Amino acid sequence: MPTTTINGRDVAVDDEGFMTVYDEWDDSMGAALATAIGIEMTDEHWKAIHFLREDFKAQGETPTIRRVSTAGGIDTKQLFVLFPKKPAKKMAYIAGLPKPHGCV
Amino acid sequence: MRKLLILGGGTAGTMTANKLHRALPESEWEVTVVDADDNHRYQPGYLFMPFGTYRPDQVTRSRRKYVNKHVPLVYGEIDTVLPDENAVVLADGRRLDYDFLIIATGVTPRPDQTPGMLDGGEWRRSVHEFYSYDGSVALADKLREWPGGRLVIHITEMPIKCPVAPLEFAFLADAYFKDKGMRDKVEITYVTPLDAAFTKPIAAEAFGNTLEEKGITVVPDFMIESVDAEGRRIVAYDETEVPFDLLVTIPLNMGADYVGRSGLGNDLNLVPVDKFTQQAKAHDNIFALGDANDIPASKAGSVAHFEVDVFVENFVQLIAGEAMTHKFDGHANCFIETGDGKAMLIDFNYDTEPLPGKFPYGGLGPMGLLKESHLNHLGKLAFKWVYWNMLMPGRPLPLSTAMSLSGKQTELIDAK
Ligand SMILES: Cc1cc2nc3c(=O)[nH]c(=O)nc-3n(C[C@H](O)[C@H](O)[C@H](O)COP(=O)(O)OP(=O)(O)OC[C@H]3O[C@@H](n4cnc5c(N)ncnc54)[C@H](O)[C@@H]3O)c2cc1C
Repeated sequence: MPTTTINGRDVAVDDEGFMTVYDEWDDSMGAALATAIGIEMTDEHWKAIHFLREDFKAQGETPTIRRVSTAGGIDTKQLFVLFPKKPAKKMAYIAGLPKPHGCV
Repeated sequence: MRKLLILGGGTAGTMTANKLHRALPESEWEVTVVDADDNHRYQPGYLFMPFGTYRPDQVTRSRRKYVNKHVPLVYGEIDTVLPDENAVVLADGRRLDYDFLIIATGVTPRPDQTPGMLDGGEWRRSVHEFYSYDGSVALADKLREWPGGRLVIHITEMPIKCPVAPLEFAFLADAYFKDKGMRDKVEITYVTPLDAAFTKPIAAEAFGNTLEEKGITVVPDFMIESVDAEGRRIVAYDETEVPFDLLVTIPLNMGADYVGRSGLGNDLNLVPVDKFTQQAKAHDNIFALGDANDIPASKAGSVAHFEVDVFVENFVQLIAGEAMTHKFDGHANCFIETGDGKAMLIDFNYDTEPLPGKFPYGGLGPMGLLKESHLNHLGKLAFKWVYWNMLMPGRPLPLSTAMSLSGKQTELIDAK
């Protein structure tokens, strides 16, 4: 497993730079990851990211966009505004979670 | 008598019933299958019907004929499962009790889930699908008379059953219009929510190249918001649009509504299960086999077959009070029609993506993996025979249940 330095700390990541250890993440890490992909975090962004974190903890997998909208209560259209083009991938990246599967 | 109830008598339910009937003593176990009707459809045939390769009557057989005659088949619409009472209620009010329950009711295309798809006034006119029997029949009529224009092949959202079928449809459409001498009148676009032509990188590259060779444009990362049926375009959440004259979409695939109603499913009515044993996470006496579960493997008949093999071995252990020691590895094996009498073959599991090489015997083949050949096409056509004569009766196949790396070019994984 490769490691990288985010926000001055060494963390484990996969080939695409997604963090792989749940507990290595915190909000400051999330903010740094967001900056790295050109996203400025607002309360609404955090609401989505914190939903991803909680849901992953409960379900053991990264929620899909459908789930963020139905269970997390953030409209899909809005997710595309907050995390342009690739919300599923971008949210997982910022939240320090694996890319959602569902793609097999 | 202990009761085992199988919901759904399609690919997975039929195989499970026949194998369990053999594995369990008849004096102690009563195995019953429930399905809505007697029409067992060979769904891989839906890909071929639009192009006139199969006639509708060639894809349907009697369900009863393929379920062992000692296993009762109850016809009726399943309305709810009451997991706390170990009972199933049918729409007509009949109640069936169980000790163990197998959910094998698959997934169906749901055009009602995307605004404008079903309700935009163009359904089965300029907006079509081939994932249902009726849809496939209707599309055959449409293609026969279609004068040409912009053909858009579109996937709504993953997962879908047989994730290679839309690619195959694109390849076959290319060949079909060439054959009719009108390929120059048809512009083919392939629109997908994925970031490439397929879910797995090495295969995606091979398929991407094939699409390009055939002059098919790929539009990736397209998450549909709605179909603007009147304006003949599909609109994505990020407001990009793709215009069409004929839309062939793969609607959202969802598990049966009763699964959701009974509190047994996720957002897509798929049953969350352990990915190695297919035991429901929430109930020890419920299993979900085939398309109906949420495992990260392809939803395909071949997957259901390997999965059922493992399940039966585990189930025999479970009822003997032992631990279940067999693990399903996510093994999938699919032929991909590429048109002009050729096909490709892919073989993969949870851990190993599809690789080029030879199948089933390393170095010897005979079938080339991730490569077009006529032999693979014959393999695809032979699958229909294999389906009815080997898979459904539950006869052993000359293939191992667990995926083998023999013959695969594994160095490509590291090279990536
Ligand atoms: C176009 C297309 C091409 C395909 N090509 C291939 C291929 O080449 N190779 C391959 O391996 N797979 C292929 N597949 C996939 C394959 O058909 C499915 O994966 C397989 O049939 C899944 O089996 P299953 O038993 O889980 O579901 P199904 O076979 O769909 O069976 C589900 C059963 O449940 C019943 N049912 C559902 N809800 C209810 C209810 N409420 N009450 C009563 N009964 C109910 C239905 O009537 C049905 O009989 C293809 C599928 C499609 C659509």
